[in-house]
Amino acid sequence: MSVKGAGDEGRIETGEEHPLDHILRRDRLPHIWCPGCGLGSAMTCFAQAIEGVDIPLKKQVLLSGIGCTGRIAGYVNVDSYHTTHGRAIPFATGLKIANPELCVTVFSGDGDLFAIGGNHFLHAARRNVDINVICVNNFNYGMTGGQQGPTTPVDAKTTTTRYGSFEHPFNLPYLAAATGAVYVSRWTTLHCRQLEKSMEKALQKKGFTFIEIISPCPTGFGRPNKLGEGLEELRYYREKSVIKNDASWDEMDLHMRGEEPIVVGDFVDTERPTYLELEEQMLRKRGFMK
Amino acid sequence: MKAVLTGRHFMLGDIACAEGAMAAGCNFFGGYPITPATETAERMALRLPQVGGHYIQMEDEIGSLAAVLGASCAGAKAMTATSGPGFSLMQENIGLGIVTETPCVIVNVQRGGPSTGLPTLAGQADMMQAKWGSHGDYEAIAYVPNSCQEMFDFTIKAFNTAEKYRQPVFVMADEIIGHMTERVVIPGPKKIKLVSRKRPKGKKNYLPFKPDKDLIPPMALAGEGHAIHVTGLTHDARGYPVIDEETQHEMVTRLIEKIRRNAPKIWEFEEVMTEDADIVVVSYGAASRSAGRAVNIARKEGIKAGLMRLITAWPFPEKRIKELAESAKAFVVPEINMGQISREVERFASGRVLSVTHAGGGMLSPEAVLQKIKEVAK
Repeated sequence: MSVKGAGDEGRIETGEEHPLDHILRRDRLPHIWCPGCGLGSAMTCFAQAIEGVDIPLKKQVLLSGIGCTGRIAGYVNVDSYHTTHGRAIPFATGLKIANPELCVTVFSGDGDLFAIGGNHFLHAARRNVDINVICVNNFNYGMTGGQQGPTTPVDAKTTTTRYGSFEHPFNLPYLAAATGAVYVSRWTTLHCRQLEKSMEKALQKKGFTFIEIISPCPTGFGRPNKLGEGLEELRYYREKSVIKNDASWDEMDLHMRGEEPIVVGDFVDTERPTYLELEEQMLRKRGFMK
Repeated sequence: MKAVLTGRHFMLGDIACAEGAMAAGCNFFGGYPITPATETAERMALRLPQVGGHYIQMEDEIGSLAAVLGASCAGAKAMTATSGPGFSLMQENIGLGIVTETPCVIVNVQRGGPSTGLPTLAGQADMMQAKWGSHGDYEAIAYVPNSCQEMFDFTIKAFNTAEKYRQPVFVMADEIIGHMTERVVIPGPKKIKLVSRKRPKGKKNYLPFKPDKDLIPPMALAGEGHAIHVTGLTHDARGYPVIDEETQHEMVTRLIEKIRRNAPKIWEFEEVMTEDADIVVVSYGAASRSAGRAVNIARKEGIKAGLMRLITAWPFPEKRIKELAESAKAFVVPEINMGQISREVERFASGRVLSVTHAGGGMLSPEAVLQKIKEVAK
């Protein structure tokens, strides 16, 4: 198959059909992501997860905000909504409440979800709306060319932190757990098997779930911070990652430099009534539902 | 409990608006409390659960409209109600609603601005924001009620128009109308005409943004198996992002033409004594009540004045203004702002247009309008 838009020199020859072809919008490939970017792996894990779970694809809805990760919604062949910057979570909230039969996942980046969309994240987690949020954290704004974001580690170089970042970054699992997420997990794009399992779990779990994916962005973050190309960053993940499900919140801080470990694992797995369950409970109590 | 409270009521404007939404089949409200629109949210929080609908109080107005659009994409008839500061926050997702062609209703009970302005007092200064507020080119649709009955009636109209043309529709009320209590007659459910969005006929060859001849594409909902892609990026008939001049031209032109071509079907107005009028007063909302009184007094004093009261401010009934301009000597435009719709009248009236302004915070008096009429009549 030749891929439209790749140009004659860039003609991509693909072989037999891939088993995940029906999950992707083949007519939209190749994707826009840079060589070495972790988004392809993250999307593949998600494609495997939505096929792996016992939820029909037609009931799966994928949403995203703006940014490189925001483009995932456009490549996965399910009902998908590419919304405004930071607003995928409230959009997903309305969608889920209006049709509770849908399995709703927001897939977006660290800047989209935690800077411009931070407030929506807090409140959706607090309400325990039954949606899944997957955040690809690459420590910078990649789409606009590598600026500082809410997860950029202290001392890291970006195009807007030329002297090293002097802001404290978010510790995302800590934030998600503190605001009420019932499932919190973190993996790197190297941990494909674990990530896929976590995604399957999140898709099947009731309530607000959160998965952070540590991902290379060689163009925006890797190069200025001397993490090398995508493959080198994956090697770095392999050397520094430690699976520790019972890690303390402090241990989850990410430095992405020196000897500091990258703590990954399933940190939270608990139960709490969801928004719609509580709504129903209250209405029953007041006699408005049988 | 019933969705339609058929009968005669003595009802607050904001509540009549909520009951209009209920009668229109609204089943989702995403809101954030704000004076002077809070009573609409409170009423919806009370009423929606009674009929199996959902009220959700969002973290801000940005989230409110995002939730409303999401709910609409899942098939709900969804709305929100706000005032100036909240309306400003909604502008971002108004653009998303326009470009993704997602029907919903946004009520703005206008108060004095700019900024926090006058939370408890009236204004009509968001009229141009309703037209131009979100970035990019688009055509707005806005109803302007001037009574509690119209808060009920026009909210139904707004839902029907939103569903028909697949876009967010505004009800641009004001604090005076929202906080006024009057008689409201709610008809039987069978007498209320409701419109539902066009739906795809089967899955074969369905392209989510391929319009029919009327320029409106049928709308597939989430979960129906169409695997649609909906984006705020410029997109083609498949809904796929295409970042080029041609696609932009095609998409924006269609979105604009969808409303412009149908404008004569959408715009509505009411005329009193305009047949022989030398002076036509053009007004809307609370201000039009004073305008009506001023016209009556002027007539008694022998001045040939008439009233053209807008029911829709957007699309603006330009054709009628042009017609009236052929015989009228002048137009007088009273409004509780520093001259917004008056500019629109100027665009289409060849004669003189005089603005009667009010910075907000109270009712524009009939005397002020009458004085202007008399000045022009000299």
